[in-house]
Amino acid sequence: MKPFAYLRPDSLTHASQLTEEPSAIPIAGGTNLLDLMKLQVETPESLIDVNKLSLSEIGDEGEGLRIGALATNTATAAHPRVRSDYPVLARAILAGATQQLRNKATTAGNLCQRTRCYYFTNIDQPCNKREPGSGCGALDGIARLHAILGASSQCIATYPGDMAVAMAALGAEVEIMNAGGETTRVPLEDFHRLPGDTPEKDNILESGDIITGVILPAPVKGVQLYRKVRERSSYAFALCSVAAIVNMEEGRIGDIALAFGGLAHKPWRDKRVEEALKGTEPSLKGFDEAAEILLEDAQGYGENDFKIPLTRRTLKAVLCEATGMDT
Amino acid sequence: MSKTLEMNEPDTRNRLDDMAGRNVGAPMDRPDGPAKVAGAAPYAAEYVIDNVAEGVLVTAPFARGTITSIDERSITGMDGVIAVISDERLTARPAQGTANETPVQTPLSIAYFGQPFALVVAETFEQARNAAKALKFDYSADDPSEIPFDPEAVEAEENDATRQGDLDKAMADAAHSVDITYYTEGHASAAMEPHAAIAEWDGERLTVHASLQMPNYNITELADSLNLEEDNIRILSRYVGGGFGSKLGVSQETVAASIAAMKLGRPVRVVMSRQQVFQTVMRRSETKQRLRLAADKDGRLTGFGHEALVSNLPEEDFAEPVTQASAFLYPGKDRELLIEVARIHRMTAGSVRAPGEAVGMQTLEAAMDELAEKLELDPVELRLRNIPDEHPASGLPYSSRKMEEALKQGAEAFGWHSGPRKPRQKREGEWWIGTGMATAARIHNVGEAEARVTLNGDGTVLVETDMTDIGTGTYSILTQIAADMLGVEPAKVLVDLGDTNHPRGPGSGGSWGAASSGSSVFIACEAVRKAIAEKLGVEEADLELSGGTAKGGGQEKLLSELAGNEGIAKTGTFKPGDAQDDYAMASYGAFFSEVAVNRWTGEARVRRMLGAFGFGRVLNAKTARSQCIGGMTWCIGAALTESLLFDPVDGHVVNCDLAEYHVPVHRDVPHLDVLMIEERDPAASPIQAKGVGELGICGGAGAIANAIYNACGARLYEFPMTPDRIIAAMPED
Repeated sequence: MKPFAYLRPDSLTHASQLTEEPSAIPIAGGTNLLDLMKLQVETPESLIDVNKLSLSEIGDEGEGLRIGALATNTATAAHPRVRSDYPVLARAILAGATQQLRNKATTAGNLCQRTRCYYFTNIDQPCNKREPGSGCGALDGIARLHAILGASSQCIATYPGDMAVAMAALGAEVEIMNAGGETTRVPLEDFHRLPGDTPEKDNILESGDIITGVILPAPVKGVQLYRKVRERSSYAFALCSVAAIVNMEEGRIGDIALAFGGLAHKPWRDKRVEEALKGTEPSLKGFDEAAEILLEDAQGYGENDFKIPLTRRTLKAVLCEATGMDT
Repeated sequence: MSKTLEMNEPDTRNRLDDMAGRNVGAPMDRPDGPAKVAGAAPYAAEYVIDNVAEGVLVTAPFARGTITSIDERSITGMDGVIAVISDERLTARPAQGTANETPVQTPLSIAYFGQPFALVVAETFEQARNAAKALKFDYSADDPSEIPFDPEAVEAEENDATRQGDLDKAMADAAHSVDITYYTEGHASAAMEPHAAIAEWDGERLTVHASLQMPNYNITELADSLNLEEDNIRILSRYVGGGFGSKLGVSQETVAASIAAMKLGRPVRVVMSRQQVFQTVMRRSETKQRLRLAADKDGRLTGFGHEALVSNLPEEDFAEPVTQASAFLYPGKDRELLIEVARIHRMTAGSVRAPGEAVGMQTLEAAMDELAEKLELDPVELRLRNIPDEHPASGLPYSSRKMEEALKQGAEAFGWHSGPRKPRQKREGEWWIGTGMATAARIHNVGEAEARVTLNGDGTVLVETDMTDIGTGTYSILTQIAADMLGVEPAKVLVDLGDTNHPRGPGSGGSWGAASSGSSVFIACEAVRKAIAEKLGVEEADLELSGGTAKGGGQEKLLSELAGNEGIAKTGTFKPGDAQDDYAMASYGAFFSEVAVNRWTGEARVRRMLGAFGFGRVLNAKTARSQCIGGMTWCIGAALTESLLFDPVDGHVVNCDLAEYHVPVHRDVPHLDVLMIEERDPAASPIQAKGVGELGICGGAGAIANAIYNACGARLYEFPMTPDRIIAAMPED
């Protein structure tokens, strides 16, 4: 671990100023950042501990719900309104990590967690995300965890989280305060970005930006499911995951939202898939057609070719369960 | 002052059964348990030692080549840096189990990615780690495309072979046969406690706290590495946070800490990072195995073939003994067993959790399942029809063997249905449900062992040996044996382990510790009993010791009184003898599992599992059961999740932490039932005990594989059976 300065601002403005330094990184729970610092994947000059900021509240916002940036994953998953109105979020959070990690992990930290790509976390290996221009070890290496959608020749890493996948399906917004003190809201599905030629940027945050919370819209009707596929049943990242909110209307699929994890550099939402399903009677053929749309541009890199059939099958499983289809 | 017993014939006295205490066999709590759960039991790195400096190993970022120079000045100005240790005695690899000599040294000659070649020492761990990453060095690395990483891409050497009769003809003539090739991926030991050592040098003597399984061998290995006399070294390994084979031999951190302490004249601690543990200590070789089974119309094996391709680094003697149980388990007069080794540049392959049987039995038992299907025979019945009368190659008789009992009692306890079996018969929602079974077998080993038992003047008993407790329960069983043999409460017995100043035992490995060290304590206690009997003036056989008193010849005296101020101290030595050569000895068992396979995602989850095991005398029902449960848990890992992944370009270990190397977690492990079958094996040891530590790993992954097939109809030939492999093999609805 390289020596670093440790600063603990007690106001948002001060925190924002401190994070304007190019090699400053905010720290909340530290469940991801500290591991990466030990490996020297992250080598900040200063750590800006934001835990003194009052950002851990979870409370109503209109008909929706506001989840503070520092609310722990445990607190969010256990919150009565999350459990009753946004169960997909509780399920997604509880599908991730371990109880001990969820007790420390925060909303904003979880949104900012970095990829689990084996080449990103090993400084003896090339990685364009960690060291732009050094190459991508995963392309010719072991790409088991890697992206099949939206990847680039520079980077095939995935965003590893679960919480954000559910938030993408829920149509959540991320609230960000910038260095000028202005607060904006960005749809969660636009918060993470695709790697393109700048894989070092995981998301849209600019220097001095501080995430202050996530806002969930008013609850919607329907069945909410989160399905996460992995070889061991806990403490493993998703090979593929699906967050689904499906409202049945007289035997047909009504409003539907689907988001996918483990497939891309960001939680993946493809509204064409939802449109194709909306208004149809549930059928395996229809689900297959929806999967075709989702996966029409999917590309495997050898080790992760299986994710294409696995995603198709998982989507069908989730849609069968959500629509109550007897199979 | 001492007694030696050489095991030249079976010991049918069953003396432990005659002792009044009845502690042996009971599910006694671990004497070391409270200290462990309270954090009061110090592991190697946890000893508080004044003025200790911290060392971090520097590793090579390439798989083959030479470190041509190390620029010490590149870090000399950094905070806290004390020294760069670059020394030709640094070991490049871990020692193999029972090697008794230094492992390959030549640290600057790199043979695998991640090989340590230097040690950076600093005042604090963080400073040392930072400086180790900053250290500059020059190297000449071979072009990775020229380095063999794939065992199938190189010509392999024959390592071990048994050929008898004509297997090809047996296959051609068989009423039913199978000829199947399996692949298993590499495993890491994945012990919780990373490799760690603290070395202190007083100018003459070296004291090392290290996490090691076999101090008796490790002291010789360390002495040889350092060019020191063994008499000038003391190794302490009182608590070991799991070894699983990776701490059998002395590893790089112990040698590096010792060299640094000797050079710097101050204590040095070296703890491997989790990544270093994965990259530099033992791996279990990946295997390619071909199983050929020829059977007559009734399912009796007439031909048996098991060939394996494994790998290791150049110059390593060890080859995963895949066919170890195949040599004796089933009949078939036409036989061919073969192990070939491919020399590749992945890190050292060595003993990891039941080397041989762990991967050899799981494939054999999967092949047996296919044979049973061809025969339309209950798989349990197929095994029962194939219990040989004598060792199929050597003709030796078997010592006590509880295979039949394990198969029958296990089947009954599990609720095994012996009727016709077809896959895809039961579905619950999205999940196909199936059952599968397998035989368990693991060879029985013993090694020379010595222990000293002292009956103190206060009536307490002290047991001393350098034997280790790697979580297995050694503290418990030695306490129980001494308590029963000397008629005292277990609370009056203190067992002092893991110190090379004590009489030497074989250490923990190959499941041989309990039978070997337990016997040495038993023998020492017999000598103490003899001394007590002499003091009472009676024959030892007429002596009755219980409740801290000795009775015999109409007298009754307190043990404390008989011990007197100086106490009675005796050393017991157990030596393997002719009995070990006159019998084919092994522990046996059977596994039964119920597995659910998701019809959509191919995820497989074990729903319940039962193991029935016969391993001689049960010394402690609780710790033995824990060993069996641990073994069965590793079966779940081998069957479903565990796989070391190597980069195809430069050969480095890709998944080198516990987040990405998937050992089973609690949620993967359902209720595991263990049935321990009463047994005394007189040929195995004077305490009639055999090995149990590894038995639970040997075959169970096959039972899970067979249950996957029975559930969903997917026959897989690659372990682990991950969702991607299962969906690729699963028939469409």
